[in-house]
Amino acid sequence: MSGNTIIEAKGLELWYGDNHALKGVSLEIPENRITALIGPSGCGKSTFLKTLNRMNDLVPGVRIEGQLLYNGEDIYGPDVDVTRLRKQIGMVFQKANPFPMSIYDNIAYGPRTHGVRSRAKLDDIVERSLRDAAIWDEVKDRLNKSALGLSGGQQQRLCIARALAVEPDVLLMDESTSALDPISTGKIEELALELKNRYTVVMVTHNMQQAVRVSDMTAFFLLGELVEFGDTERLFSHPRDKRTEDYITGRFG
Amino acid sequence: MKGSITKGLSPRRRAYDITMRTLLYAAAALICALLVFLIGYILYRGIPHLSWQFLTSEESVIKDIEGILPAILNTVYVIIATLIFILPLGVGSAIYLTEYASNKRVVAAIEFATETLSGMPSIIFALVGVIVFCEFCGLGQSLIAGAFSLVMMTLPTVIRTTQESLKTVPLSYREGSLALGSGKWHMIRTVVLPSSVDGIVTGCILAVGRIVGESAVLMFTAGMGMRLAKYGDSVGEFFRNLFDSSGATLTVALYHYAKERADFDSAFAVAVVLLVIAFGINLAAKFAGRKLKKR
Repeated sequence: MSGNTIIEAKGLELWYGDNHALKGVSLEIPENRITALIGPSGCGKSTFLKTLNRMNDLVPGVRIEGQLLYNGEDIYGPDVDVTRLRKQIGMVFQKANPFPMSIYDNIAYGPRTHGVRSRAKLDDIVERSLRDAAIWDEVKDRLNKSALGLSGGQQQRLCIARALAVEPDVLLMDESTSALDPISTGKIEELALELKNRYTVVMVTHNMQQAVRVSDMTAFFLLGELVEFGDTERLFSHPRDKRTEDYITGRFG
Repeated sequence: MKGSITKGLSPRRRAYDITMRTLLYAAAALICALLVFLIGYILYRGIPHLSWQFLTSEESVIKDIEGILPAILNTVYVIIATLIFILPLGVGSAIYLTEYASNKRVVAAIEFATETLSGMPSIIFALVGVIVFCEFCGLGQSLIAGAFSLVMMTLPTVIRTTQESLKTVPLSYREGSLALGSGKWHMIRTVVLPSSVDGIVTGCILAVGRIVGESAVLMFTAGMGMRLAKYGDSVGEFFRNLFDSSGATLTVALYHYAKERADFDSAFAVAVVLLVIAFGINLAAKFAGRKLKKR
C-alpha cells in the first residue's frame, strides 16, 4: 500500500560524541502516509526524527554518516539551505511550545519569516492553518490574546497550525501527544488522519495503541538499530523479528 | 503523653525563640532607623538651599549666583552618551556569548572575567580612562572621555545582566522558531530578544544608576568644569563644544562644593537632587520591569 517514497535513509549512522545513536538505519518513508516510529526510550527513534529536519545540528558533537534523501536530494548535502529544508519538513514537539505572543502572531510567525508581509494574505493563512488544525472555532474570537492562555491540548494544536502555516510537505511529530489528556490526544490523532491527505506525517510515539490507531507504516527501533519496518497492521499482527514481537506484546520496554 | 499537642515548647526553647526574634527585630529596626536618619538629614540640610535658581542657572561669581544646571545637564549628557555605546556593545557581546560562541571553556573564562571586572574598584577604570582616552586618544579631560571610561566600567554589568536574561528564554522557543525555518539571527531577534527585553532594560537602568553615582572615574576623565557648553553656530559645533569641554556631573559637583569650597549647604542641596534621581531610577526600573514582563 505504499505510495511514492518521499524520504529515504540509506545506512544512516549517527554519533553523539562517542555514543553511537543510530546504526545503519535504512528505510523508505512513503508520501501521504502516517509513519510511526516506536521503540523503548533511548532507542534512537527521536534522534532519527530529528535528523530529518536537521534539528540535531543544534547538538554539539553530533556526527552523521550515510545518506538521507528528501525527494532524491541529500538532506545533509553541502549546498542544502537548512531554513528551506525546515520550511518543507515541519515539526511539532513533545511539549507544546507556543511563543509568548498572540495566537495570530504565533501562526503568522512562520509565513512572516519566509517573507509574507501582506496583512490580507496573513489573515488568510492564519484562518486556513487554524481550520486545518481543527482549532479555529475555539480561538477565532481571541486571535489577539496571548497563546499562553490556551489549554495544553489547544496549545499543541496551535503548534500544529503554526507548523502548517508555512505549507510544509512533511510534518514530524515528536511524541506530540504524550503530555496531553486522552480527549486532546484523540483530537490530535484525528487531526493527523485528516492531515495525511495533504501531508506526509512521521510521528514518534511511546503509545503502541496510538501507532495502531493512526499509522499506515511502523518502524521499530531498538538500541539505535531499525529492527523492523513495514505495514502497521502486518507488523503488529505478524511481526517478523522476535524482538519486535517481544516489544509489542509488552515483554520489555 | 505520647504525641501530646497541647504542651507546647519547653521554657528553654521558648526563651531561645524570643531572644532570637528580638535580635532580628532589633537589627531590622536599626537599619531602618539609619536609613530614615540618612535620608531625613540630607533632606533637612539640603532642601532649604534648593531653589529654582539653584537648579536652573550657571554659577556666576560676578552676580553671586550658585547654580548646578551645568552639572545636571552634564549628568544627562554622560548618561545618554554612555548608553548609546553600551547598548549595542553590551547587548551585542551578551548575544554573541550566549547564542553564538561555541567554545564553552572560552565563554566560561570570559564570564568569569566580566564578573571580576564588574566588582573592580572604579578608581582603576579612572586610571585606565585617563591613560587610554584622555592621554593616548588625545581626548583630554572631556565629557566624551568620561563617557568612554564609564562604558568600560559598566559594560561588564550590562553584559552579565543581559546574558542572565537571555539564558532564561526557554530552549523550546528557540527550537520552535528554528523548526519553522528561521535563520539564527531571525530567531534571536523575533523570539529571544522580545522575551528577555525586561532583563536588558533592568541591566541598563542599573548601569544608569552606577553612572549617576560614579564620581572617581568622572573626576579624573571628565574633569570639574562648571560651565554650560556654548551653543555656537550649528548643532555640530554645539556637540563639539559639549564633548570637548570638561564637565562635572552632579556627584563631582557635590565633591567640589564639599571638599574644595567647604560650601556644605550647596553640597547637601546637590545630594537632595541625587537622592531624587536615584529614587526615580529605581522606580523606573521596577515599573519598566513589571510593564515589560506583563506583555
